[in-house]
Amino acid sequence: MKHLLSATTGLALLISADTALANRVFVTNERSNDVTVIDGETFEVIGTYPVGNRPRGITISPDGSELYVCVSDDNLVRVFDPNTMEELHTLPSGPDPELFVLHPSGNPLFIANEDDNIVTVVDTETHQMLAEVPVGVEPEGMGVSPDGAVVINTSETTNMAHFIDTETYEITANVLVDSRPRFAQYTADGSKLYVTSEIGGTVSVIDPATQQITKKISFEIPGVLPEAIQPVGARVTSDGSKLFVALGPANRVAVVDAETDEVIDYLLVGQRVWQLAFSPDEKWLYTTNGNSNDVSIIDVEANEVVRSVQVGQQPWGVVVAPD
Amino acid sequence: MLKGIMGLLAGTVALAQPAAAQTQDPVLIRAAVLRVDDPGLPPISRLDLPPEDLGFAGARLAIEDNDTTGRFMGQDFEATEVAASPDTAAAEMAKLLEDGMEFIVVLADDAVTLELADQVGDQAMLLNARARGDNLRGKDCRFNTIHVAPSRAMLADGLTQFLMWKNWPRWFLIHGSHPEDLAMAEAYRNAANKFGARIVEEREYEDTGGARRTDSGHVQVQAQMPVFTQRAADHDIVITADEADVFAAYMPYLTWDPRPVAGSAGLVPRSWHPAMEAWGGTQFQNRFESLADRQIREDDYQTWLALRIIGEAATRTQSGDPEVLKKFILSPEFDVAGFKGQALTVRDWDHQVRQPILLTTGVVTTSVSPQDQYLHQTSQLDTLGVDRPETQCQFQEAS
Repeated sequence: MKHLLSATTGLALLISADTALANRVFVTNERSNDVTVIDGETFEVIGTYPVGNRPRGITISPDGSELYVCVSDDNLVRVFDPNTMEELHTLPSGPDPELFVLHPSGNPLFIANEDDNIVTVVDTETHQMLAEVPVGVEPEGMGVSPDGAVVINTSETTNMAHFIDTETYEITANVLVDSRPRFAQYTADGSKLYVTSEIGGTVSVIDPATQQITKKISFEIPGVLPEAIQPVGARVTSDGSKLFVALGPANRVAVVDAETDEVIDYLLVGQRVWQLAFSPDEKWLYTTNGNSNDVSIIDVEANEVVRSVQVGQQPWGVVVAPD
Repeated sequence: MLKGIMGLLAGTVALAQPAAAQTQDPVLIRAAVLRVDDPGLPPISRLDLPPEDLGFAGARLAIEDNDTTGRFMGQDFEATEVAASPDTAAAEMAKLLEDGMEFIVVLADDAVTLELADQVGDQAMLLNARARGDNLRGKDCRFNTIHVAPSRAMLADGLTQFLMWKNWPRWFLIHGSHPEDLAMAEAYRNAANKFGARIVEEREYEDTGGARRTDSGHVQVQAQMPVFTQRAADHDIVITADEADVFAAYMPYLTWDPRPVAGSAGLVPRSWHPAMEAWGGTQFQNRFESLADRQIREDDYQTWLALRIIGEAATRTQSGDPEVLKKFILSPEFDVAGFKGQALTVRDWDHQVRQPILLTTGVVTTSVSPQDQYLHQTSQLDTLGVDRPETQCQFQEAS
């Protein structure tokens, strides 16, 4: 029944393929093995498309022509045409790819291989594997500096942020952070690096120049057990004014003043909020809520949750097509 | 250490070396795993037969994990594996101490664990990865011992919180006749008191020996279990305390009244289970299974966690000095992640590792305790097991 539904909606999408690709929101559903596509204008679900086994990390090329999905249990990255959701080709990813980050130029792709303690570097044009970088145990979070010179990988059991030189593929620094680091996010000007720690319950603010931790942001929510506050996804506005942090089973997104790195507000979203993505104009922030199977939409200016949209089973990652 | 990765590399792929690899020799951090095998009867189910590498496989994974991190820290980890019998345990321990081993993970029953702890004295830190005895955390506590395995009280409390949430407070408690069964029954009585359940009927299933695994064993069992459980006072659930593995596995579906079974069979409280997938558990299971070629057991998880405690202390203190590590593990600053969704810490009053308890059936994790409604002023995990005000532990010396 589901497949039939996907096929029908797929047809509908094909017909309207040329209109308003921009702002389409793509959500990976880890359990139902598909991607839900949401219209970024109307917030309506456009369709649901099977993509392979255990899809988690998802990203899109800077020109919006290729959608990349880590299909962890297929041990590869599948590349889709975001207009039609047809599979274009696959990329060798190494085993159990979880999260990845694209170089700002669109090439190469840096992939965290969770089971094998390596980061795989793949050329998105030639589809060749360029390097494998040994990192700590359970690599997960991947971030890239705005100039593309440094890729950050966080390893969940080793508890480090590894700085990887994108020219030499060598690790140039390791920063020890709190338990189970999940995500790494640079500010747009490259002056700060945020690393979330799920079990540690903190966000480390790192000076990329010195690789020193300058501050640790911690969270306190009345009525929520401290153990439930588990920072995972994080996104910072391009003007560097606001940082949003998904707090997992606390079912909140924290709003942080990114100038002072002080928490301003907590927004109630769906259950087990995992990853975040801005719309291209940064008016909206989309959150994946793994346990309530929905996406919350936050008004970035107003710090308000305006909508929730039902998606597939256990939504994990989210990306929005560029303008 | 890089062998696995090298093997994967194609000719055109460059191997990136970690630049932080130390130029001088890495600091070696040694530990031992001493497993004391009880030559008792085989388990009721052949699925429960202990694998040769029980516990040791968990140690190997922990050393791999520690070494991967150690590569960036200039630290190298090692675990010596020793299998002994109750008769040879003391001699094997003496050898380890003579060898200067300062961290010893012990997989043994309550009595042997206590004897070994006394033998070790202040020469080493002992990490208990099997014994569940509440006495070891109470009147027989030893300062040199960290209890990585949960206590019987924690297991009983974890199950009881769930049964109270389920509104099944009337229990028919059936325990075996071995000392460990009686100890588990006592833990259930305490848990019932603590959380307001009532034991409406209690019976002992005496171990009289017998050919339980013969061809016709199940025929006997099918007749015996209903008879044994008939005419009990009205109850919501049958709680079994059968650590000796004599009868509980046969209980589900053979009780006189149609009631669910929990405890040693049915819904079982555990430290870990191979079906656990939450909180990154999937990748931990994957790593273990590709290393050991079998599913994980609680002894493996507990041994893994014991050695990860040492590894985590070495990472955080950036030291290989055993004295520095021991001090840090016992300090309030210490915590370690164990795929249970929150930081695991050490209780200062009895050196028990605080941890959630999984409630599992054969194939899934049904729930994880503590249950949300049981709150605590310091840590919700302290609703499981013996809390500070109730402890009977008085450490002899606080060196």
